[in-house]
Amino acid sequence: MAKIIVVTSGKGGVGKTTTSSAICTGLALRGHKTAVIDFDIGLRNLDLIMNCERRVVYDFVNVINEEATLKQALIKDKRCENLFILPASQTRDKDALTKEGVERVLNELKDMGFEYIICDSPAGIEHGAFMALYFADEAIVVANPEVSSVRDSDRILGILQSKSRKAEQGERVIEHLLITRYDPHRVARGEMLGVADVEEILATKLLGVIPECQSVLKASNQGVPVIHDTESKAGKAYADAVARLLGEQVEHRFLNPEHKSFFQRLFRRTA
Amino acid sequence: MMSLFDYFSRKKNNTASIAKERLQVIVAHERRQNKQPDYLAALQKDIMEVIKKYVDIDIDSIEVQLDNHGNFSVLELNVTLPDKLPAAKTGNSR
Ligand SMILES: Nc1ncnc2c1ncn2[C@@H]1O[C@H](COP(=O)(O)OP(=O)(O)OP(=O)(O)O)[C@@H](O)[C@H]1O
Ligand SMILES: [Mg+2]
Repeated sequence: MAKIIVVTSGKGGVGKTTTSSAICTGLALRGHKTAVIDFDIGLRNLDLIMNCERRVVYDFVNVINEEATLKQALIKDKRCENLFILPASQTRDKDALTKEGVERVLNELKDMGFEYIICDSPAGIEHGAFMALYFADEAIVVANPEVSSVRDSDRILGILQSKSRKAEQGERVIEHLLITRYDPHRVARGEMLGVADVEEILATKLLGVIPECQSVLKASNQGVPVIHDTESKAGKAYADAVARLLGEQVEHRFLNPEHKSFFQRLFRRTA
Repeated sequence: MMSLFDYFSRKKNNTASIAKERLQVIVAHERRQNKQPDYLAALQKDIMEVIKKYVDIDIDSIEVQLDNHGNFSVLELNVTLPDKLPAAKTGNSR
């Protein structure tokens, strides 16, 4: 049975697309047939992060409007065997996403044997974000350790449990909290909310903590999801999060400031 | 549990704890509000219009809240009047 997982946040720019690309890649690398859908109609970022922007011929809205088949629109990832991308359209009207249309595409993906369908939500709590979360079985709520982001996450959690299809059926969407752009040094100095603070305020199970990491920009420059960078902290933290999503018990890493030795510092400088 | 290091860094400028306190207040407030029926906002506006005939107040000084207590509900109305009342008719309604 396919699982539909929305990556959402309310607030913009917190790392939803970075997370979607990492999680879908991680699941595919673990052998699961995975599709990722860009719900950010009009902007279209996911194809850039996944490095398939030049292979986009048809998009999500074309499929909904029956101007193309799903098979024509799906782009096979170059690096992972089991991964397919359904890009957003760049120009169209956001209202092009209808409940019926989205449901039809999701059902078709299920029939094609996809195990995981990742929905990369746009920012905000408007139509596009609502469409991305409506059919979700599970939600990865991305939050930065910062007041407005945590507050928006709380609003999204409220919407998930009141407006989604699961909620309408009297069930619950399974929630996962993912804290991104975490800086343990600033937390230690009392300049940034800590993991425990955010967890306590949102009362949601922690899926992972992704540290603020230079590898993320490097990865997006190249169009390689950061999880492929297995040496980087962000890459490792995302791999851990994928393992937890698959039900494994993995300890959280990179929560505390690293005390570098004198030699490490010396070599970091010269490197 | 707080280490010595934490203690000294806390003393200076712990804005994170301010952020946490603010968030706890905002989130609790918004969760309560989200559980409220839709007509409350309209009710709040109407009440304001009536009070405005007598005293100059703004919408923020009126709080309307419906609390469920099992088989009955309480509609709580909280109006904060400005300090200096022109005709000093009433105090705080709470
Ligand atoms: N862990 C991280 N470390 C450093 N930079 C990060 C990290 N996560 C995300 N970023 C950066 O933050 C920016 C926003 O990320 P991203 O596009 O994933 O956010 P988004 O939530 O999808 O944004 P939008 O709301 O516009 O869709 C990007 O420049 C990205 O490189
Ligand atoms: Mg995005």
